[in-house]
Amino acid sequence: MKKVGIEVSLAIAEAAKLARVEVVSAYPITPQTHIVEHLAELVADGELEAAYLNVESEHSALSACVGAAAAGARTFTSTSAQGLELMHEILFIASSLRLPIVMVLVNRALSAPLSIWGDHSDVMAARDCGWIMLFCENGQEAVDSVIMAYRIGEDRRVLLPVAVNIDGFTLSHVIEPVEFPDQELVDSFLPPYKPLFTLNPERPVTMGAYGMPEIYTEAKYAQEMAILNSKAVIKEVMEEFGKVFKRNYRVVETYNLENSELAFLALGSINENIKTAIDILKAKGTNVGLISLRLYRPFPSEELLEVLKNVKRLMVVERAMPQGATNSPLFNELSAFAFHNGLNIIMENYIAGLGGRDVDPQEFVNIALNPFKKDGKLNYKIIGVRE
Amino acid sequence: MLSLNDFIGRQPAWCPGCGNFSILNAFREVMVELQIAPHEIVIVSGIGQAGKFPHYTRCNTFNGLHGRTLPVATGIKLANHHLKVFAVAGDGDCYGEGGNHLIHAIRRNPDIKLFVHNNQVYGLTKGQASPTTMRGVKTKNQPFGTVSEPLNPLALAIALDCSFVARGFAGDPEHLKMVMKEAIKHKGFSLIDILQPCVTYNKFNTYKWYRERVYHLEINYDPRDRIGAFGKALEWGEKIPIGILYKHEKTTLEEQFPIIKGEPLAEQKVDMDKIREIFSKILVKEK
Repeated sequence: MKKVGIEVSLAIAEAAKLARVEVVSAYPITPQTHIVEHLAELVADGELEAAYLNVESEHSALSACVGAAAAGARTFTSTSAQGLELMHEILFIASSLRLPIVMVLVNRALSAPLSIWGDHSDVMAARDCGWIMLFCENGQEAVDSVIMAYRIGEDRRVLLPVAVNIDGFTLSHVIEPVEFPDQELVDSFLPPYKPLFTLNPERPVTMGAYGMPEIYTEAKYAQEMAILNSKAVIKEVMEEFGKVFKRNYRVVETYNLENSELAFLALGSINENIKTAIDILKAKGTNVGLISLRLYRPFPSEELLEVLKNVKRLMVVERAMPQGATNSPLFNELSAFAFHNGLNIIMENYIAGLGGRDVDPQEFVNIALNPFKKDGKLNYKIIGVRE
Repeated sequence: MLSLNDFIGRQPAWCPGCGNFSILNAFREVMVELQIAPHEIVIVSGIGQAGKFPHYTRCNTFNGLHGRTLPVATGIKLANHHLKVFAVAGDGDCYGEGGNHLIHAIRRNPDIKLFVHNNQVYGLTKGQASPTTMRGVKTKNQPFGTVSEPLNPLALAIALDCSFVARGFAGDPEHLKMVMKEAIKHKGFSLIDILQPCVTYNKFNTYKWYRERVYHLEINYDPRDRIGAFGKALEWGEKIPIGILYKHEKTTLEEQFPIIKGEPLAEQKVDMDKIREIFSKILVKEK
């Protein structure tokens, strides 16, 4: 296995090919387009045997995946921002019907104002839709996550759709060194999808029927148990991936957290900038750690508790606005988590990188050295905002 | 006196040679010739290369989401029917993601002028097949050739008894201006499908391709004959008719609401005394 320099979007398409996807359906939206264009090329060149369906909207793209997955196919789609929000009602259908669709979500800011650049406002508006959610920091993780996503989602103990989040442009459009696993290894790791139930005239089933008040709660309870229990499978799959492909992943990653009482916590590629800041700080004699949630849904509670045990001050950096809430989405969840687990941690909420704005590592250095003090209306600090 | 300068907005970010330039120029010239001032106009757009159109004028503008031009334009027309409401969209925008809205806007018949910049490709996302891409044409997302039949917007509109149905060509600006003027004079929902070559991403439907095919509707053509219009709308391939294919003046959406028959909602004064009187009556009754 040798490393090649490749645009991350193209690498993701190659990963979907390695996963032998059977149905691809998508609608063009920046910055997702290169992924699905490359998949179209792979199909046209005969390198991937898949049905490639162009549709009239993202709503239809995910609906087509729902139909194909219900009929037993391994499906792939990808979108961004407004495309995800247009899919919104179908997101819940996919998870509730327990269809292991994989979607690469190229994170982009929501309109208005119109922005094609990256942030997490799209995924945060759809965070509780019953999908397993993974976040990637770099191209290699994106490739590996797509392969793992099918193995996780299709596991009989899980049967849930998986969203693999990558940051628009800062990840999707950059050329990164990527090591592609051999097809034989992927095939051994990821056997063909064997669905539990399919739409099959020999053994008819009904999908999406009415749930009367007598059964609706139980159906939702069963679904909740499925996503909560999926974490054990996710960890198992990550461990096996490490054994087969020699790249190890954990649901919660840390960087320089040993002996550090001060830590950042963030999602996605911004973590690479935070790591740079941590190196700068270390050189100056200040020890700061990083907690990166590779797994966001189901929420990795036990693993997070473990890494937080020595942390006294936690700086949560998010690429999404609170939209009228007390704080940004992940921060609020972490606050509740800290409270209910009796953690005595000073928590600070920073908002950065909205609509594709660059965040210099020096900003994180400044945050680490100058703790947030509430002096105005806001319970959080928006890095670099002009008033 | 209005002049072209009154309609010059930001510098366009379209490719040199794009068919959109002549549509923009035709629009500006028509507004000057009809002496319609920028403040009397609202231009509503969605997402796509056509979605940028409003920014290049200096009128009231609303840039909404992909496909959603017509519902917003309808809302604007209902709130203030004194405004001249233009909806500007592309073929992907209006015939793809917004296709359902087009059908229902035609049914409702608000007095909106819809310009569809139809270049038979997605320009903004850089070259995928659109709903009007011809079958078999290879694009970035369809390197195996487009498998679907193209949508025929004019036949669709005539089938729905759309109030005004026309086709223009960006390569024939004088004719396009005539079509725009007629649409503006017409009362009711007006669709102008404008053939607009995309010089960057559509290497098939080029200026030359269109020029070899388009022809003006004959002088004795009767746009009030719906069956005849349907026949014309089906012409595509060797010969492509441009002009006003179909006209049928009928009651508009806004004429059907008694509350806005006179003054538009936006200009109506609120009589607080009357409101108090009504409320007090209701409150007394409930006691």
